[in-house]
Amino acid sequence: MFRFIGRRLLVAIPTLFLVVTLAFFMMRAAPGGPFDSDRKLSPAIEKNVLAKYGMNRPLGAQYLSYLAGVARGDLGPSLKYRDKSVLEILKENYLVSLKLGGSAILLAALIGVSLGVLAAMRQNRAADYGVMTVAILGVCIPTFVTAPLLVLAFASKLGWLPSAGWNGGALVNMVLPVTVLALPQIAIISRLTRAGMVEVLHSNYVRTARAKGLSERRIVTHHALRAAILPLVSYLGPACAGLITGSLVVEKIFNLPGLGKFFVISALQRDYTVVMGMVIFYAALILILNLLADLAHAALDPRVRLA
Amino acid sequence: MGASAGPPLKGRSLWDDARRRLLRNRGAVTGMVVLGLLVSAAAVGPALTPWGYDQVNKTDVWFAPLQHGHLFGTDALGRDLLARLLMGLRVSLAIGLVATFVSLVIGVAWGSVAGFVGGRLDEVMMRFVDVLYSLPFIFFVILLMVTFGSNFILIFVAIGAVEWLTMSRIVRGQTLTLKHKEFVEAARAAGLGRGGIIARHIVPNLLGPVVVYVTLTIPAVILAESFLSFLGLGVQPPMASLGTLIASGASDMELAPWLLIFPSAVMVVTLMSFNFIGDGLRDAIDPKDR
Repeated sequence: MFRFIGRRLLVAIPTLFLVVTLAFFMMRAAPGGPFDSDRKLSPAIEKNVLAKYGMNRPLGAQYLSYLAGVARGDLGPSLKYRDKSVLEILKENYLVSLKLGGSAILLAALIGVSLGVLAAMRQNRAADYGVMTVAILGVCIPTFVTAPLLVLAFASKLGWLPSAGWNGGALVNMVLPVTVLALPQIAIISRLTRAGMVEVLHSNYVRTARAKGLSERRIVTHHALRAAILPLVSYLGPACAGLITGSLVVEKIFNLPGLGKFFVISALQRDYTVVMGMVIFYAALILILNLLADLAHAALDPRVRLA
Repeated sequence: MGASAGPPLKGRSLWDDARRRLLRNRGAVTGMVVLGLLVSAAAVGPALTPWGYDQVNKTDVWFAPLQHGHLFGTDALGRDLLARLLMGLRVSLAIGLVATFVSLVIGVAWGSVAGFVGGRLDEVMMRFVDVLYSLPFIFFVILLMVTFGSNFILIFVAIGAVEWLTMSRIVRGQTLTLKHKEFVEAARAAGLGRGGIIARHIVPNLLGPVVVYVTLTIPAVILAESFLSFLGLGVQPPMASLGTLIASGASDMELAPWLLIFPSAVMVVTLMSFNFIGDGLRDAIDPKDR
């Protein structure tokens, strides 16, 4: 297993390298720079500012020194938030995104698995069709539609929940954004669970369990569920990517101080280092989650051997 | 279908079977009818509306639906929502089709070559796909849009370039099973080269799974484009897409909820009809998954 982890980490390094390289040169190819503003800087001041951030050197040299910095864990200073480093910005804001994404995935797993199991046990009956209809709706209604509609209903019309803001992560402020983030995941997870469960319920060992006279409930909870949710474990990586994408929209609509809001703004403002830092952060997060998913898969399924 | 009236010994091809199964699937048929209506509306609609999609009318702002002949009302600039919606639908569908085509071409070429040639080349090509898979792609699409500004062609290329990965995996898997079939051996025995076999024998036989995946990619692309437009990075005003309409509707929803509700409804109905057709096609073409 350690050899497996080692090998995966070795593959992760070229992947991250590719991410850094692509993002660096794409960012620099963009017209304009971080120090453009309505007031034109005098050439002398501009020269000094560029020199301060080492941006007067050739692009190749800047790239190499940036790479060296990343290897040391130094993501550089932000170019727009003058007194902050990129690491500080990441540290100050990642908790909001993490809390949102974490709550959403937990909620989605809980509801999605329950719905999926329910649908599988009532296969081809009303409950099954109901759950699958909800699942299709959940996949087809994008977050940027659910978010404003829910705000319109629960904040503007009913006045039950605040329409925006973080308020230190108060529960009432989290209800709407977490729901919006979780809905598409609930849809996908319930579909995956149902498919896995239907297959497992037809397998030989479940028939054996039935023959032993176990109750259907005990068969599901003790025997079938573990095998049926295996496909979900491999879905962890894509789910995370989906949540990140969703958080870009949700943090914008609900005006939350998370990382997602920063990314688009920083890219538009040409805050090179902040954009790079966030791309690296998210790429590393996805790589780690994919690795964890593979390990969990091997732990849950004795048939899988890590090679 | 009149197949039952034909001569009793006439054989049924796999495609006949698939078509029968597809036409028996109520969801898929509904999806096809609805999609047909949407596509015709997007194709001819913009030419038929009394107002242009970018026609500003300073005295007609915030009309509610049905007011003064504006079926779906007007927006903050007095533009007719129906006209904008039809135009937006046309743009979104066009982006969906073209970007899917881009991903189709790259994915089929990449996957069939990797699968058919095999060996080291296969390993390198698929490793490359694996690496790209683990990138946070939405960031690169956003960077692309920021870097080169939002123009139409770039939206196609950026989204198509993201969506080809899954296509190439599907095609490769299918190619691996196809390449040991007898007809490929026969073609080889007849002296056909590798390129010829891929183009003439492998690719046409990939059609089934590829068609299914295409119908599921189009809504994914429409979603991606709308996502970009929602963030202000996609289609630029006064041009409309479903995403830009939803975005501006969301900011005006307190005053004029219809500006949010109509575009959202069209978006959801479009995506759902594609998904129903895709699911139906999968069941029809690959019955073992049912």
